[in-house]
Amino acid sequence: MSNSSENINFKNTISRRSFLNQTALGIGPLALMSMLSGDASAQEKNGLNSGVIRTPHVTPKVKRIVHLCMAGGPSHLETFDDKPKLKEMHDQPMPESYTKGQQIAQLQGKKLKCFGPQHAFKNFGESGQRICELFPHIGSVADDICIIRSMHTDQINHDPAHLVFNTGSSNAGRPSMGSWLLYGLGQESNDMPGYVVLTSVGRGGQSQPIAARQWQSGFLPSRFQGVQFHASGDPVLYLNRPQGVELAQQRGLIDTVNQLNQQANSFVNDPEIETRIRQYEMAFRMQTSVPQLMDLSGETQDTFDAYGTKGGDGTYASNCLLARRLLEKGVRFVQLYHRGWDHHGNIKGSMDITAKEVDQATAALIKDLKQRGLFEDTLIVFGGEFGRTPMGQGSGRDHHIKGFSMMLSGGAVQGGKSYGNTDELGYNAVEDIVHVRDFHATMLHLFGIDHNRFSYKSQGLDFRLTGVEEAHVIKDILA
Amino acid sequence: MVSDSWGQKQVQFNRDIRPILSDKCFVCHGPDAKNREAELRLDQRASAVDDQDRDPAIMPGHSDQSEIMARILSEDEDVRMPPGEHGKRLSAKEIGLLKDWIQQGAEYQEHWSITPLKKPAVPKIDQANKKTSAIDAFILSRLKQEKLAPSKAADPRTLVRRLSFDLTGLPPSPELVETFANDPSPEAYEKLVNQLIQSSHYGERMAIYWLDLVRYADTLGYHGDQVRSVSPYRDYVINAFNQNKPFDEFTIEQIAGDLLHDATLDQKVASTYNRLNRASAEGGGQPKEYLAKYAADRVRTTGNIWLGSTFGCAECHDHKFDSFTTKDFYSFAAFFADIKEKGIVGGANHLELLPVPTAEQQQESARLTKEIAATQTKYDTKSPELEAEFIKWQQSLSQQSGRWKLLTPTSATSSGGSTMTIEKDGSIKASGKVPDKDVYTISLELNAPSIAALRLECLTDDSFPAKGPGRAINGNFVLHKVEAKLGDQNIAWASAEASHTQNNHSPTYIINGNKNGWAILPQTGQTQQLVLSAKKPVSVKSDAKQTLEVKLTHNYGTGHSLGKIRLYAAEASGDNNTQFASPALLAIISIDPAKRTKAQNEKLWNEFKQQSELLKTPRDLLAKLKADKTKLDKSVITTLATKAGPPRVMRILPRGDWMDDSGEIVTPSVPAFLPQPKIEGRTLNRKDLADWLVSKENPLVARTFVNRIWMLYFGNGLSRSVDDLGSQGETPSHPELLDWLAADFIDSGWDIKHLVKQMVLSNSYQQSSYASQEDQKSDPYNRLLARQSRWRLDAEMVRDNALVVSGLMVDKIGGVSAKPYQPAGYWAQMNFPKRTYKHDSGDGQYRRGLYTHWQRTFLHPSMLAFDAPPREECTARRERSNTPLQALVLLNDPTYVEAARVFAEKILLSGNKDFETRLTWAFNRALSRPPRTDEMVLLKQWYEKNLAIYQKSPESAAKLAAAGIAPKTSDLDTIELAAWTSVTRAILNLHEGITRY
Repeated sequence: MSNSSENINFKNTISRRSFLNQTALGIGPLALMSMLSGDASAQEKNGLNSGVIRTPHVTPKVKRIVHLCMAGGPSHLETFDDKPKLKEMHDQPMPESYTKGQQIAQLQGKKLKCFGPQHAFKNFGESGQRICELFPHIGSVADDICIIRSMHTDQINHDPAHLVFNTGSSNAGRPSMGSWLLYGLGQESNDMPGYVVLTSVGRGGQSQPIAARQWQSGFLPSRFQGVQFHASGDPVLYLNRPQGVELAQQRGLIDTVNQLNQQANSFVNDPEIETRIRQYEMAFRMQTSVPQLMDLSGETQDTFDAYGTKGGDGTYASNCLLARRLLEKGVRFVQLYHRGWDHHGNIKGSMDITAKEVDQATAALIKDLKQRGLFEDTLIVFGGEFGRTPMGQGSGRDHHIKGFSMMLSGGAVQGGKSYGNTDELGYNAVEDIVHVRDFHATMLHLFGIDHNRFSYKSQGLDFRLTGVEEAHVIKDILA
Repeated sequence: MVSDSWGQKQVQFNRDIRPILSDKCFVCHGPDAKNREAELRLDQRASAVDDQDRDPAIMPGHSDQSEIMARILSEDEDVRMPPGEHGKRLSAKEIGLLKDWIQQGAEYQEHWSITPLKKPAVPKIDQANKKTSAIDAFILSRLKQEKLAPSKAADPRTLVRRLSFDLTGLPPSPELVETFANDPSPEAYEKLVNQLIQSSHYGERMAIYWLDLVRYADTLGYHGDQVRSVSPYRDYVINAFNQNKPFDEFTIEQIAGDLLHDATLDQKVASTYNRLNRASAEGGGQPKEYLAKYAADRVRTTGNIWLGSTFGCAECHDHKFDSFTTKDFYSFAAFFADIKEKGIVGGANHLELLPVPTAEQQQESARLTKEIAATQTKYDTKSPELEAEFIKWQQSLSQQSGRWKLLTPTSATSSGGSTMTIEKDGSIKASGKVPDKDVYTISLELNAPSIAALRLECLTDDSFPAKGPGRAINGNFVLHKVEAKLGDQNIAWASAEASHTQNNHSPTYIINGNKNGWAILPQTGQTQQLVLSAKKPVSVKSDAKQTLEVKLTHNYGTGHSLGKIRLYAAEASGDNNTQFASPALLAIISIDPAKRTKAQNEKLWNEFKQQSELLKTPRDLLAKLKADKTKLDKSVITTLATKAGPPRVMRILPRGDWMDDSGEIVTPSVPAFLPQPKIEGRTLNRKDLADWLVSKENPLVARTFVNRIWMLYFGNGLSRSVDDLGSQGETPSHPELLDWLAADFIDSGWDIKHLVKQMVLSNSYQQSSYASQEDQKSDPYNRLLARQSRWRLDAEMVRDNALVVSGLMVDKIGGVSAKPYQPAGYWAQMNFPKRTYKHDSGDGQYRRGLYTHWQRTFLHPSMLAFDAPPREECTARRERSNTPLQALVLLNDPTYVEAARVFAEKILLSGNKDFETRLTWAFNRALSRPPRTDEMVLLKQWYEKNLAIYQKSPESAAKLAAAGIAPKTSDLDTIELAAWTSVTRAILNLHEGITRY
């Protein structure tokens, strides 16, 4: 048996009935498959490649997004938010006006003292963006990034806070933003899932757990869920065929199953069978396309050097390189989790470690996308589920939700832009305040979607990614 | 006027108007007072037609004078309703309906789901030749109105297969299929129904659905997603369905089983329902915040399960579509405020663990208790010999008194970074960081001319795990070396003895260097002692006080170091029996016997009994029996039962904010717009809530449940929104049928099997599910039920099907959760603790899907792929998707490859010899029918192709023929087996095999 991709492509559609009129052997299974996979209109009908939004609400600016999730809650005070006043007040009591009645996590009942920034800041680029000197590579693309310094969120513990960032709600069971995008816009790649997740573990802090619910589709059908790719073992769960079965046999098995299903359909007339056949085809394509994608042997040494990785080792840098390959393939939503930012203790040393793990590769990804012409219509998001307290927790910082920073990049946002501010101690977002749902509204806007008009009915209610509270597109940062 | 599929001309508020108003208007003009615009509410007629302050929104009989129509029809964007930002325009059809409704008098109706439940009359239909049930009468009369006819009955093989999956969740055996297919008698079908509904697999099938509703899972769900034991509750649910426990009892036991008079163990187990919410063990979590989350979770879940309502919306604001207020929400939550629990759980913080012994365990426990009592009596009986011995023992002890001198520490250090503190009582305590391994160096003053023995007291402390005396997680320690040096003289040890010795961790290992060292399991939580005797006494060289340096080495790792110690020295070696007399005991013995208190005498006597050779037999037996009892108690599975305590104060949380204590304090009450319980003069409790739910006056519970059971047998609820019968829910396709079933269900005494049988015995159920292109277009959701529906099996059943077809399924009801194969590394993103999945190697590998270990944050990927919910929230309806990941599971998951291999073995062992009879045998087993010719031809080609491949590559054949851990049938030809496994893999991947037609 041979691979179907080597076969002639039946562009002309043969109707199902005319096919069924032939004997079971009158048309080979391979030809059947080619016929089906070449039929774009049938694909459309089955909703594999198209979303519910046929006409964009506004002009779309981006086609795909990469979310670099710095899991654990990176300190804004040692990344993007320079606070000289906090330095001055180091070791003095945190003014009660800030903290009274406020929610805190592990510092509950402790004496609250100011803890000055542990690393210096510098101006970068022509725009002179203030960035912590631990991030010289990100600094080197300062004119291509937009820094938001006025983020805030609702949840102070990791798990619920990630949920807010992904789904807009701390209640479980809602779809994550990647699922929303697939539901709305469909997927572009026909041999890759539309929503791919990669994870890496840092060495500089506690690696907080990440639940699979973060990329689940909630009440949306599960075909919209994120698919996790793994650096070791099966790159996608159950991707590898059983021991003792050759690739050609697996192809033959799928052809046999598909043909039997097709034959059965003349008795039951079940539209699900058409979909089933198509999904087996997709599964087979993934069995070759995913390993190809994960195989970095075709990348040049220059590329490896730029990202700072040998590749294939499951590090954040290697995942950034994979992210570029996924984006090239048309994957709509690529999400990277780097689990290493929960710096409750020794934030000085830990930041040094964790920053080194992400700085170069993040900048390399931005540059690489630019060089390949993908920068214009890709949205790059870099940030955590919350920030960290201006108060010290021993030599570290506790969770903080009232003010933190996030970085966006891509052709659709203004480069060299700083937006919003926290107060002089970096506690509260005070100027041009951005809630997570405003980010969601902005993201959807860039994809051509009006967040108010994009909902899904479940339990009798119209659910939106942005929830029931008012959300605003951050127009001032758009290019 | 719209095309009226109801055969009526009159516009009906509930059917035609409420959905429009609810969807388009209620957000601003509905029940939610905070967000109401212009003081206008359209959900109440009085407000809508009121004309006191302005022109009435609705002028009954005069649509042209009604402001609402003017606003809807306005060309002016600023005036037109609904406003632009609402995003929901009215269609021409909807506008027409509204107009007609106002013209006809704008009559309102109470929402259909809360109108009092009355049993409607069954329509008369003329179907002389056919046995028709009430269900059929309702459906046929509607079909007649639509000028449609029902479908013919499904063929017997399809029907038996459908019924078997629907009632037991399993495919039918080929024998059952043959018997039914060959029995033309009219009673055959009912016989089959009775047979299947009496199977104990019926309870398992029903449990699959119920467990989704109650969000049953084996783990906490938040953050570290740690395991907690609740599987007895699952057994309770399965048994309840099998015993056909009436639904009212089933309800009461789950919500308030613990409050029932003389509650049985079963009823207490049932109350685990209240504890199935997600919970957190995250260190930085605030208990108060999480208690608020749990409270809200219970309202959402209970509201959805029994009331079919989206109560959850009222957590932050009055419901926008239904009459639930925030006060209703928190008053409902108050019913559960008596449940004893912690905001942050984990470890010992789980309140309350209820042991659930099996019958055998109960028996064994009773036996041990009896024997312990008898042995204790023997042990406590005094005798003259014993008393004589006691006197001798006291004398020996007196000689000891004064022998051991406390060594006063002057410094203590730790190599691993533990904080060493010298306490006032001369003890040394390690705290702070718990290093993996540790060496303590301690300097002490020796106030004696020589040392012959060293005694190490290992003390407990509340700050240690299990009170210590070790710092390891279980309170243990492992001591490897004790080096002592007096000045520059090393002290060599001759012997070492300890108050307790763990198996294979003898104190002599301290001397001979055995790497196991000395440890004390299971006797943690109490003081332990070690005595080291020197080979020869070592004397102080000069007259000056001399420093004794003692070095304690702990090499085991994971914090197995001593926590708190005190050291003593003796100048001469002593008598073995009394070496471990504690300082307290020695203090007593030094008191004049006449002056000892009663307590002191008792202490001496008890201590003596612990050591006397005369009592060795009963003492050892007692220890063994007690150990057996402890072991037994530990092996008893527990569940998280509900235990009532003083209720927590419950207040309305403004906008759901748990930090805001300004809200009104509320007491338990049911939503104000529903019929109220008739209890006065006392605060309501959970039992009252449960009674109220299943009272005849409550119209929602029976409607909700019956609608969901209908979904299990017809694919959709009569109202498709099985999770919301409120304003935004779908009006039922057959409202009278739903009411008839609900009323009949209550009349039957909430008899679930009666309800199910009614459904599956109807002709409507038995129809063919074939849908022509025309049918699919005219009635895509099968609302009229002119045919059966068809759907892909639930995740659990997809698995069960493969296990039954291959013969691998372990046929056992209930028990702890099972761990089937799972890809390595799938749990890598979990932490606190990090863990590796270990699949079961025995029966657990082949248990039904519903027993699969339910890890909320990382549900088993095969289950997840087929739309099983993580059960973090109440799920009333699963999606049924069709994805490439499902294909990958059936193709490559070791469970299905192994099932194919074992299925192939069964085929080769079936006694059939040629391909055709073998394939026929296999098809009957897997699909309940023989293969068609086209299938036979195609699969034979496929078989021969694979046979040729495996003949060329026997190694590959051997690999495929060895799939899985199930025992192999050794004398089969592996090449033939591998080729047949290729065929069975194809069969197990067929759409037909995982579809209920």
